[in-house]
Amino acid sequence: MTTPARIAGLPPAFYRVGAFVISLIFIALIVLISGASPVTVIGSMVGGAFGNADQIGRVIATLSPLLLCAAGLVYTFNAGLYNLGVEGQITFGAIAATWLLRVVYPEGATASLLPPPLAIALAIVVGGIGGVLWGLLAGALHVYGRISEIFAGLGLNFAATGIAIYLIFGPWKRPGVASLSGTQPFDESLWLGTFGNTEATPVALGLGLLALAFTIIVMRNTYFGLRLRAVGRNLRAAYVLGVPARRQLLSAFFICGLFAGVAGALQVVGMFHRLIPNISSNLGFLGLLVVMLVNFDPLWILPVAFFFSALNIGSLQLPLSFGLESSLAGVIQGLLVLFALIGHGLAQKYGRKPGE
Amino acid sequence: MTAMESGSLLVILATAIAFATPLVFACIGETITERAGVINLSAEGTIMLCAMVGFVAAKVTDNVWVGFVAAAIIGALIALIVAYGAITLKQSQIAIGFVLALLCSDLSAYLGNPYVRVPGPTVPPRFPIPILQDIPLIGPLFFREGDILVYAGYLLIIAAWFYFYRTRGGLTLRAIGEQPAAAFARGHNVIALRYAYTMIGGALMGIAGAAFSLDFKAGWSYRHTAGYGWIALAIVIFGGWNPLRVALGAYLFGVLQSLASVVQSAIPDLPTQMFTVAPFVLMILVLVLTSSDWLDRLLNYLPVNARRAFLRAIHAAPPAALGRPFEQD
Repeated sequence: MTTPARIAGLPPAFYRVGAFVISLIFIALIVLISGASPVTVIGSMVGGAFGNADQIGRVIATLSPLLLCAAGLVYTFNAGLYNLGVEGQITFGAIAATWLLRVVYPEGATASLLPPPLAIALAIVVGGIGGVLWGLLAGALHVYGRISEIFAGLGLNFAATGIAIYLIFGPWKRPGVASLSGTQPFDESLWLGTFGNTEATPVALGLGLLALAFTIIVMRNTYFGLRLRAVGRNLRAAYVLGVPARRQLLSAFFICGLFAGVAGALQVVGMFHRLIPNISSNLGFLGLLVVMLVNFDPLWILPVAFFFSALNIGSLQLPLSFGLESSLAGVIQGLLVLFALIGHGLAQKYGRKPGE
Repeated sequence: MTAMESGSLLVILATAIAFATPLVFACIGETITERAGVINLSAEGTIMLCAMVGFVAAKVTDNVWVGFVAAAIIGALIALIVAYGAITLKQSQIAIGFVLALLCSDLSAYLGNPYVRVPGPTVPPRFPIPILQDIPLIGPLFFREGDILVYAGYLLIIAAWFYFYRTRGGLTLRAIGEQPAAAFARGHNVIALRYAYTMIGGALMGIAGAAFSLDFKAGWSYRHTAGYGWIALAIVIFGGWNPLRVALGAYLFGVLQSLASVVQSAIPDLPTQMFTVAPFVLMILVLVLTSSDWLDRLLNYLPVNARRAFLRAIHAAPPAALGRPFEQD
């Protein structure tokens, strides 16, 4: 196909910025279609995210598990895998953590069998193990069963949700009425401590930042990270050159499952204090968007994840103030990532090559 | 079997066909797209957004068919974005499709908000076909209970199969998905054809969305068609990219859903939400069994002839150039 000379041969940055500007225009158009003013809506979202300590706390509470998921997805993306099963890994981690807490604090008991801090720590560890199991299951289906990791993961997402719903309505149902609102909330002694009266918990934020820092170091400074990228770029070549490809792929699933499982456990002990059907709150899919937007480079995850969390919390204001749906956050996130991908493609196709 | 039992069996199967009809449109659409070498992973979002758009267009104009046309156009436009990103810009089809799946789902919730649980027009129900409905067994099952979309679904399956395997155009379609370089050397415009088939597939997915909101799950609500897009993608693999087997997969899924509602009324103690997830899980399990090589290893214990026949029946390879951009130079 021929290119109009006018738009070819410009610096690559031009296309990326251009695509970003177009995405902003689309966002404004969509807000206009819904009958609201873009400026008022954006203003209300900023106010809804940073208006008071509670709201900032909620942004941090969303950011923490999102950082864990995004950090985990860096490994699978760099290994060339689309781990859409991350949602199920969060869910199964949450189920495992709930299971542990129900064991150490059985129904009808008046106190935890273990000291609460130890019980919470164990729940997070067991949640991580649950996520690893679910991640390795997808990995085994992919590596040994030759099933696309996309469909293995999606199938396992449905399965994890099914198990959660079964438990909530069956064996773990609330005394009296089983309902979509989840299991009986845990005793307050098993809740993770928070910053003041907000929903944000220092432990969750610390774990999220730790996972991200660890990931940045691994991807930049270790042989493991290099091998992972080699497998992702060209599986066959990496294998021929002596990289144990299967082991690399499975370790990517392992680490991603671990981080996602911990995120699921934190949703239970830090956020909802019980198991609910949508315990993952779509944070796994949001993590996929974050990592795609930063083009798999962990250095940029923190600002983007923070921005996306603020969008999620800020949009909760929309139904109250304007009668609009809060899914505008998802629309903005989706448009930004879509146009970033297109801008990247335009820069590659039409951008001035070095030396031209 | 008593008359009553056969009657209820008939009801289960007729319900299954109705449940499956929107999926038939979506799955055949994705099959056409993938046979041309492009994966349109946006199905989940495309179906949902088109369900909303179809419902709103039909409501505003008070004409269901306008709704279907609007849904088809939006479906084709979403597919155009996939095609541009995948074919022209050579970016990851998975990434673009996945982002569109999420984006369009959220867009449907945001823009469709004023239309949640609002009554709207629906496709006229039950349209028995003269003569054909009187054929014993087949008549009552396939040609008596359905509405016009159910029959359109049958026609689409047959038309797709005929086009794929009995026409020159179908031969080219399969060629650009298997050996694009060879098709190009024979003088076919691979890029233009891939665009065209991707958009036709997207339009069919759009019609699937409208079939939900204007007929089989009439109305619009938040996340109205959640899950069906992912299932459609799985069914295409299950059906080995062959329209007849893909359609069989869609109807099988309909039977699972239909059975789930029967089991549910028989065992009221089990939570209802289980049954909405169960068919999805079962479908994926079947997919895992048929597309992995574990089954092949089991088959090694069969006699050679039986093994060969069995393999031919269950095995299918994806189009060789699926998901890969075509380098014309």
